[in-house]
Amino acid sequence: MNNIFVYCEITEDKVIADVSLELLSKGRKLASELNVKLEAVVIGTDLKDVEAQIFPYGVDVVHVADDKNLFPYTTLPHSAIVLEIFKHEKPEIAIFGATSIGRDLAPRIASALRCGLTADCTSLEFGDHFENKTQTEYKNLLYQIRPAFGGNIIATIINPETRPQMATVREGVMKKEILDAKYKGKVKKVNTAAILKDEHFVVQIIERHMEASKINIKNSQVIIAGGYGVGSKENFKLLYDLADVLGAQVGASRAAVDAGYSEHERQIGQTGVTVRPKLYIACGISGAVQHRAGMDQSAQIISINTDLNAPINHIADFTIIGSITDVIPKMIKYYKANSK
Amino acid sequence: MSFRIIVLAKQVPDTRNVGKDAMKADGTVNRAALPAIFNPEDLNALELALRIKDQRKDCEVIVLTMGPFRAAEIVREAMYRGADRGYLITDRKFAGSDTLATSYAISLAVKKLEPYNLVISGRQAIDGDTAQVGPQTAEKLNIPQVTYAEEIPEVTDTHIVIKRRLELGIETVKAPMPLAITVHSSAPDCRQRVAKLLMKYKHARTVTELQNETKDYTELYNQRPYLQIDEWTVDDLHADVEMLGLSGSPTKVKKIENVVFAHKDSKVMTSSDEDINNLMKDLIESHVIG
Repeated sequence: MNNIFVYCEITEDKVIADVSLELLSKGRKLASELNVKLEAVVIGTDLKDVEAQIFPYGVDVVHVADDKNLFPYTTLPHSAIVLEIFKHEKPEIAIFGATSIGRDLAPRIASALRCGLTADCTSLEFGDHFENKTQTEYKNLLYQIRPAFGGNIIATIINPETRPQMATVREGVMKKEILDAKYKGKVKKVNTAAILKDEHFVVQIIERHMEASKINIKNSQVIIAGGYGVGSKENFKLLYDLADVLGAQVGASRAAVDAGYSEHERQIGQTGVTVRPKLYIACGISGAVQHRAGMDQSAQIISINTDLNAPINHIADFTIIGSITDVIPKMIKYYKANSK
Repeated sequence: MSFRIIVLAKQVPDTRNVGKDAMKADGTVNRAALPAIFNPEDLNALELALRIKDQRKDCEVIVLTMGPFRAAEIVREAMYRGADRGYLITDRKFAGSDTLATSYAISLAVKKLEPYNLVISGRQAIDGDTAQVGPQTAEKLNIPQVTYAEEIPEVTDTHIVIKRRLELGIETVKAPMPLAITVHSSAPDCRQRVAKLLMKYKHARTVTELQNETKDYTELYNQRPYLQIDEWTVDDLHADVEMLGLSGSPTKVKKIENVVFAHKDSKVMTSSDEDINNLMKDLIESHVIG
């Protein structure tokens, strides 16, 4: 069987993005299960020693394409290079971050290779499949699992016939885990001159205003998250008050972001970030499955909701029936009273 | 020569209002059971197209959609807001298409509309959230793509300047045409219907719709041929049926599970001072906070 490939992104600080390290960690486990190698693709400019950042995650081979004009990312040069590598190496599986870059690149690659791609997977595992129509048995297919259709269902998607089996995964869904600090793989330099042509550079970046994400809810131990039920942007300020007192970060459901109560950077769930804090306080969040996919591994969950039957309450350790305008000020008051 | 913009739009089930009968037994979506709407980001795409049309007299905006017969509704909706005409790609043979098969069909329809300057669509549709059809269509057309557009500050005969909304900021790019663009929800909202256009296009129908009308439209359509919304089938697109529908879709749905909650032993409490005082005490004592 052929190997598992992870496309690695380069951040504004010129290091490998967290999401890519998370995918390498997952890719390592999948590769070991299949007894195949884990390979990484890194494309950028001035990538000297980049391999040192990724070998500890158990990478066996890294394909490095280092050339001018490959950073910042643009679609055509990166897809030309990835396609060339994939045509040559014929990966069994290829995983991309479900980021601005990965969601631009992966579909273009999948279309060119005419293979299947599943967006925003929340879980990847192996399983078998028997196709009744052709009486064919498939072993160790990649089960690409994602919530679908308004979150009412969890779909398991497979690509029985086409390779690579491609998937994108959001940041925070997989856990970043170093395998072995001394792990050493092989570096394969990509001959970019043989691949890149002028026509790949027709889209030119003329201006960029990027900032390293200031909001980092992913690493917070306590998260106060608000949903549509918070009711207004003003009420959302109460969440910040509580967060200040508890040293927490504020998160939001998609409905709250869509309603303009919160910035997109704070969105938790399938189309936002995935978090695993020690304590998750869900304020006025009903708990659609896409949201729960991003927080159900929190160690403790408190739900504040006026509706006893809200789905979120089913996974909460404590459910407080009440409005946030009533409950949050009391939580602040009694936290202060009890902590000294 | 005119400046031609093709807007790709999708009629989607309103996933914010999903009922119990939304899924069929085979795991596919029962669209008939759901309110159908104009995919929100496709409306943003239409607005960016119409803004170019506002500036250029030679600009023609064509809306292209793929779906069942009723999807003609969004072609009319686009015409009420300023699109010049529209096409509906519809055929039972498209049923079950994943994003790859869909982009194949759409790319064939776009090729029928050559020469075009821009193919513009929403970033993603709310029923799937995959954001794949835009880039895949671009690849099939062998043209460059610019995703997540928020604003188009400049359009000339030869190039276009696009402001993109990325996770961590804004990027402005300059691209040649023809070009595929996908539009982010942060782009301006679409303008409302224009009364004059509503009057002009309210009788616009597809062939299939006309067959179901009791009124005879023959004379009206002879006078106003622009009311005709063309339907394109697999044959019209000269499509390879093996590349459409389930057979043309490499992704298969293996399993659909309705969401079952793992019930925890949830402790329910009131918002009384006593309950919240006790809770905060517990959390502090167990070192969860503080």
